[in-house]
Amino acid sequence: MALHKLTVLATTLALLAGAAAPAFADVSLLNVSYDPTRELYQDFNTAFAKYWKTKTGETVTVKQSHGGSGKQARAVIDGLEADVVTLALGYDVDALNTEAKLIPPTWQKRLPNNASPYTSTIVFLVRKGNPKGIKDWNDLIKPGVEVVTPNPKTSGGARWNYLAAWGYALKQPGGSEAKAKDFVKQLFQHVKVLDSGARGATVTFTQRNIGDVLLAWENEAYLSTKELGPDKFDIVTPSVSILAEPPVSVVDKVVDKHGTRKVAEAYLQYLYSPAGQELAAQNYYRPRDPKVAAKYADKFSKVKLFTIDQVFGGWTKAQKVHFADGGVFDQIQAK
Amino acid sequence: MAATVSTLYSHHDRAALLESRQATRENPWVKGSILVAALSFFGVFLLLPLLVVFVEALAKGWGTYIDALTEPDARSAIWLTLGAAAISVPLNLVFGVAAAWAITRFEFRGKQLLITLIDLPFSVSPVVAGLVYVLVFSNHGWFGPWLSAHDIKIIFAIPGIVLATVFVTVPFIARELIPLMQAQGREEEEAAVVLGARGWQVFWHVTLPNIRWALLYGVILSNARAMGEFGAVSVVSGHIRGETNTLPLHVEILYNEYNFAAAFAVASLLALLALLTLVVKSWVEWRARRD
Repeated sequence: MALHKLTVLATTLALLAGAAAPAFADVSLLNVSYDPTRELYQDFNTAFAKYWKTKTGETVTVKQSHGGSGKQARAVIDGLEADVVTLALGYDVDALNTEAKLIPPTWQKRLPNNASPYTSTIVFLVRKGNPKGIKDWNDLIKPGVEVVTPNPKTSGGARWNYLAAWGYALKQPGGSEAKAKDFVKQLFQHVKVLDSGARGATVTFTQRNIGDVLLAWENEAYLSTKELGPDKFDIVTPSVSILAEPPVSVVDKVVDKHGTRKVAEAYLQYLYSPAGQELAAQNYYRPRDPKVAAKYADKFSKVKLFTIDQVFGGWTKAQKVHFADGGVFDQIQAK
Repeated sequence: MAATVSTLYSHHDRAALLESRQATRENPWVKGSILVAALSFFGVFLLLPLLVVFVEALAKGWGTYIDALTEPDARSAIWLTLGAAAISVPLNLVFGVAAAWAITRFEFRGKQLLITLIDLPFSVSPVVAGLVYVLVFSNHGWFGPWLSAHDIKIIFAIPGIVLATVFVTVPFIARELIPLMQAQGREEEEAAVVLGARGWQVFWHVTLPNIRWALLYGVILSNARAMGEFGAVSVVSGHIRGETNTLPLHVEILYNEYNFAAAFAVASLLALLALLTLVVKSWVEWRARRD
């Protein structure tokens, strides 16, 4: 009867599914990361596996999960067993400590450079030939300019965008908190689409052809120009922008459970090695290593960068003032 | 969706009847414009996207197409999707028949509640369904601490994906069976009992043959939904490549990686599944009409 055949089919499929699961290597790590790092970690994971094999003889497989930074942190807190996290901003990694005690509060001191092996900044991606003549932040609020940026509530990159704009306004002659707020408010009135993640916003701008300018991670801007054709877009670097430091951390509770602390720590340290730094630079992240930075210097345009600590007093404070419920972002969004 | 096979094939005869009489025949102009409107709507919104999927999938040639479907992450996504369907469809088969049987053959308190519950997955957004599982099984959820103490992984692992898939496919089979079994009534089964048949004999020899086409129809629909589900599965998946990515999630990932040809290649698999579903569905309807 039909029922019998179905049972046989189901069992066969279940068995096949089991058999198809790869014979697992010695160790496996799960790296939970944010949206635009896919290409970087694809390259880096291969390089690290090779390095680890020659060093220890152990075969390591690194599995990847990507998504909006805030969403990914939430998933790890909810039980996604990440051995390492490589997120867009310190606040999201901090949440692993404050919300779930998965890592110690001192996590950012465990690795050099605020635990950020590479940096980036916020630039503008415009249509080829820059038809709207966008040169700097104040051009974004000219009449008729449509801006695309993801939503600061969910996207790490979007929070950097917002803070970069705020910092620019603050640093103008006669700049004040009130003027900065007014500038950012006007900027968001020019925003047509608020996607939930950086990659979604890039796709909106590049594929769906919406908007005149995309506020983007520098690495994301370079990558999309490379992937989708340099004849379609131009990158505009503003006069001043923010130094974005995407941090990394081992997730202590998880590596202790999996027994993967040693390889997880080596994985993150390898990001700081010359080889890791080269890969970061090749994927358009600004390397920390001075030698590698010098080698790739002509790849990144010179821009005055300020840090979040200088202008906003660190992530915890910036988050509370600007992005928490009822914060400045909510106020300027309220019509 | 709740239309049964029995009502599906009666449309034909009624339309033929209306057309055959002068009094009820529609003005050819009206008929023509309604037909054009309906067909062009389907053409633009259904056929065209389907075509685009295949054109884009093959944009970079057959080599890329085959590669996109055979690379390890895609293979793992295919197996996971087949596996989740292979578990959830049989579960729904058993549950759907049992629920339909209970509702149409027994009187009991809470019957209305059961009917409402069966419809719940239709009315709840799949994302909410996924979030419910996260709330229940996550580290901070109701059973989270116990599960984590016993090293049992539900969400961000395969069991969560199966659970979410079962949730969204619950109504399909029961919803197909209930109206049919209500219409058929109990007479044949009562006659079988009077003639000395036992419970299982009645089911195998009387009930099942009567409902088989509706049952198959429900299985096809619930299988299509199981393989195509995105929202609920996305919430509980954790998006680990090669491990907890189903086919629809894999399409999203590839698309977000500017890997358009591969994204459409994988999407074309899902489109083929949809086409296959349509063919089998038409065949079932045709067989049901003949019986």
